[in-house]
Amino acid sequence: MANLVIAEHDHGSLKAATLNVISAATAIGGDVHVLVAGHNAGAAAAAAAQVAGVSKVLLADNAAHANLLPESAAAQVVAVAAAYSHILAPATAYGKGVAPRVAALLDKAQISDIIKVIDADTFVRPIYAGNAYATVKSSDSVKVVTVRGTAFVAAATTGGSGAVESVAAVADSGLSIFVSAEITKSERPELTAAKIIVSGGRGLGSGEKYREVLTPLADKLNAAMGASRAAVDAGFVPNDYQVGQTGKIVAPDLYIAVGISGAIQHLAGMKDSKVIVAINKDPDAPIFGVADYGLVGDLFEAVPQLVAAL
Amino acid sequence: MKILVPVKRVVDYNVKVRVKADNTGVDIANVKMSMNPFCEIAVEEAVRLREKSVATEVIAVSAGVVQCQETLRNAMAIGADRAILIETDVELQPLAVAKLLKAIVDKEQPKLVILGKQAIDDDANQTGQMLAALLGWGQATFASKVEVAGDVATVTREVDGGAETVAIKLPAIITTDLRLNEPRYATLPNIMKAKKKQLDIFKPADLGVDVTPRLTTLRVDEPPKRQGGVKVADVAALIDKLKNEAKVI
Repeated sequence: MANLVIAEHDHGSLKAATLNVISAATAIGGDVHVLVAGHNAGAAAAAAAQVAGVSKVLLADNAAHANLLPESAAAQVVAVAAAYSHILAPATAYGKGVAPRVAALLDKAQISDIIKVIDADTFVRPIYAGNAYATVKSSDSVKVVTVRGTAFVAAATTGGSGAVESVAAVADSGLSIFVSAEITKSERPELTAAKIIVSGGRGLGSGEKYREVLTPLADKLNAAMGASRAAVDAGFVPNDYQVGQTGKIVAPDLYIAVGISGAIQHLAGMKDSKVIVAINKDPDAPIFGVADYGLVGDLFEAVPQLVAAL
Repeated sequence: MKILVPVKRVVDYNVKVRVKADNTGVDIANVKMSMNPFCEIAVEEAVRLREKSVATEVIAVSAGVVQCQETLRNAMAIGADRAILIETDVELQPLAVAKLLKAIVDKEQPKLVILGKQAIDDDANQTGQMLAALLGWGQATFASKVEVAGDVATVTREVDGGAETVAIKLPAIITTDLRLNEPRYATLPNIMKAKKKQLDIFKPADLGVDVTPRLTTLRVDEPPKRQGGVKVADVAALIDKLKNEAKVI
């Protein structure tokens, strides 16, 4: 039995989510190999080889993978798939684009967003926005799985001694062309990897107020900044801030929800946080039902007080 | 060109489901069912493309129990021209749905298939990508903006770090994210008109597709309940708790 982890990377380094997937692969048991499909991605492959538990890294280095497009990535996975019983990817925008494509090409089911490994065939995954956990068993010979990062501890970035092996790269699919990217630039920790998150909702009223009120708090705590769907829909902040069922799933040590009422779709994305603080003027807001510490009051007064006192 | 829009009947997004006492699944008896919200966005986008004369016909398709006809009528009330139901009582998993949709694509030859990025019941987020793979087509998932010109769709996608724009060669698959559009409300005259639109029904066997599930659900559990905590009187009390009790700052 051998597991293939599809690495998410930026050619020069591994994305944090890859480390959680390596842990999930280790939990399944058997060898753990990592596929790095990239362009001039030797550094990412070398980093993968150092990760604890990784015994081999396959490097498919080609211009076809320069923009990490899913059509070429999936073809690359399929080209090396024969040796593996399990193929795992992070449940990120990248992994979700590639894994179902791989599964369909192999005529296998895909198991999304696993949060627990029971055995080599059986996994637990959330359904209905995390309001139920399904234990599912696969009858397929190959399991194609995406992994919820917050459910598995990140593998150590050192301690591995995997060999990097070059594999033949597939040709560019020609089906899609990368045009441009508008990546939000931020000095803050990444939302899905942050220890502390300050998150804002509709209660902030505007993008200006969101920044004015929450930025000093996030600065003080070295926190990542998130938002509810309502705040994103209203245009306060870009889409990549969204925490929830269809946004990002987070589980920091401390999640501070400011002016967020707590729709089930939002709770689905943050209820595994270690400590939740809610600041909201509505004492009946559902967010208080999951918050360890609730402060009923005007956020425009409470948050500056909090900043001043920290 | 034709656009195919697959739609799924799911538990309404306002319903908080309950796990059955025997842990075999969630209780969906007597629960309000609606069109999956992402599918609604897909129908709206397709109808807008027809209104802009980019598309000539919008075909809604669903797979599942006989009541999916209601979901298809709803899609036609939003503006789809006709509908296809692949009727079965078998539990359909994404790979099976993708195979059924491929059979419909082979029949209808659309240039574009627009689907919701995920269904809010199984939260799988697979069907569009699987269909793209089975057809050998390009895919643009999590779309927040779609422009079609000639044989190319330029799609802005919501990705983890922000937004990314790709150009995909038609025929192709697009899956919708939340902010692509705001679906219109179906008006009463359009609901009435939708009742008269064509709705064809097939069985999976008519399409030669084996829909046997590959995954067995062994059990379904309630997630661990999170205890609501305490309300604190003021900011000073909050900071005291965070420092001395939770020890997170």
